[in-house]
Amino acid sequence: MSGSSNIVAMKKVVLQLRLEAGINRVKVSQAAADLQQFCLQHAQHDPLLTGMSTSNNPFRPQKVCSFL
Amino acid sequence: MCDQTFMAATFGPCESCGKPSPLMNIYIKNEAINYCSFCVELMACQGLQSGESVASLKRECESLKKKLEEERGKLNDVELHQVADKIEVLGALAIKTRRVLKGHGNKVLCMDWCKDKRRLVSSSQDGKVIVWDGFTLSKENGISVPCTWVMACAYAPTGCAVACGGLDNKCSKAVAMHTNYVSGCTFTNSDNQILTSSGDGSCALWDVESGQLLQSFHGHTADVLSLDLAPSETGNTFVSGGCDKKANVWDMRSGQNIQSFESHVSDINCVKYYPSGDAFASASDDATCRFYDLRADREVAVYQKDSVIFGASTVDFSLSGRLLFAGYNDYTINVWDVLKGTRSSILFGHENRVSRVRVSPDGTALCSASWDHTLRIWA
Repeated sequence: MSGSSNIVAMKKVVLQLRLEAGINRVKVSQAAADLQQFCLQHAQHDPLLTGMSTSNNPFRPQKVCSFL
Repeated sequence: MCDQTFMAATFGPCESCGKPSPLMNIYIKNEAINYCSFCVELMACQGLQSGESVASLKRECESLKKKLEEERGKLNDVELHQVADKIEVLGALAIKTRRVLKGHGNKVLCMDWCKDKRRLVSSSQDGKVIVWDGFTLSKENGISVPCTWVMACAYAPTGCAVACGGLDNKCSKAVAMHTNYVSGCTFTNSDNQILTSSGDGSCALWDVESGQLLQSFHGHTADVLSLDLAPSETGNTFVSGGCDKKANVWDMRSGQNIQSFESHVSDINCVKYYPSGDAFASASDDATCRFYDLRADREVAVYQKDSVIFGASTVDFSLSGRLLFAGYNDYTINVWDVLKGTRSSILFGHENRVSRVRVSPDGTALCSASWDHTLRIWA
């Protein structure tokens, strides 16, 4: 009964699309502003961004060699 | 519905309604079903509301797709990089190789950091999974997995266990069983559950102790190559990306596909959530990385350059989400400014494809795994 399996598959696709069409969306300007704000808020705490000083970063070689 | 005339091979009680009548002998999924013609018609129309048919469903499908595009388009009032024009350009980044971890005998395919910010686990094509101390370079542990191409490995939240999976279709001692290779795995917020993605096109959530399948996620139409769990504050969702060029966001409890994004033109190799959980990035064989915002439900940035022609295999964000580290098949790692859309820096050093990049849990370092048999820690 390939006719019925086609219908079932189509039905699934339609239901999924209905779901996706119905979600609430915000404007890109709003979303972008929020993303930007998150970045700026956390920028100070981002070692790779700000470049931690060698004394604080355990991976950077210190003035005095302390490899075990 | 009018009844059709048909050649009946048998006469007897219908398996559905029980009435004795000429039976249609049909097979559904190799099972013989003997229903009377009326019940066969009923079965075929199950799930159809009155008036529906394949043609009407197709029409609805087309109109829904158009509506989705329109809705998404309406909200595209500005580009992300335009909003970011007002902020300062990034200064030069002082990131260099600080450690080279040698020890694998073949391509390193995957790595993961432990929450203690110094240990990491890596897996390789030689079937070995090694746990390293990132500070001292010592190998704390090493196990041999009875399959080659260990494509995925993950550290448990408590740091007490490691999961791995690959071409043997299993994730760690048959906790998870797929019908094709396991491409990615991650622990959920506890040591007891693992989420896996597979070449069989599905993702699945498993209970570690019992090996029981808790939830499965179907919707991709080709191999799923990567998955990432949303940061814990934002709830029970995860994103997956695959060879069908789609990135799907799923609800872990219901198994429902909540959102779907299709803008890449080739396989998506890796997906990673933005630290706030409101967006995610993807890396693809089409040499671009893309940034999708979940609340705007659309792609908001494309990270590409004419000079970048090799596929991107992996991405990860820095702690603040301002930097996107992407590993490519041309052996380099490009560092992109997420907001402005420009490339901030290139990290050279590996001598073969970069298979995986991961920022450490406290953001102090980046670890990259490569087909050149080594891992590098950059800081």
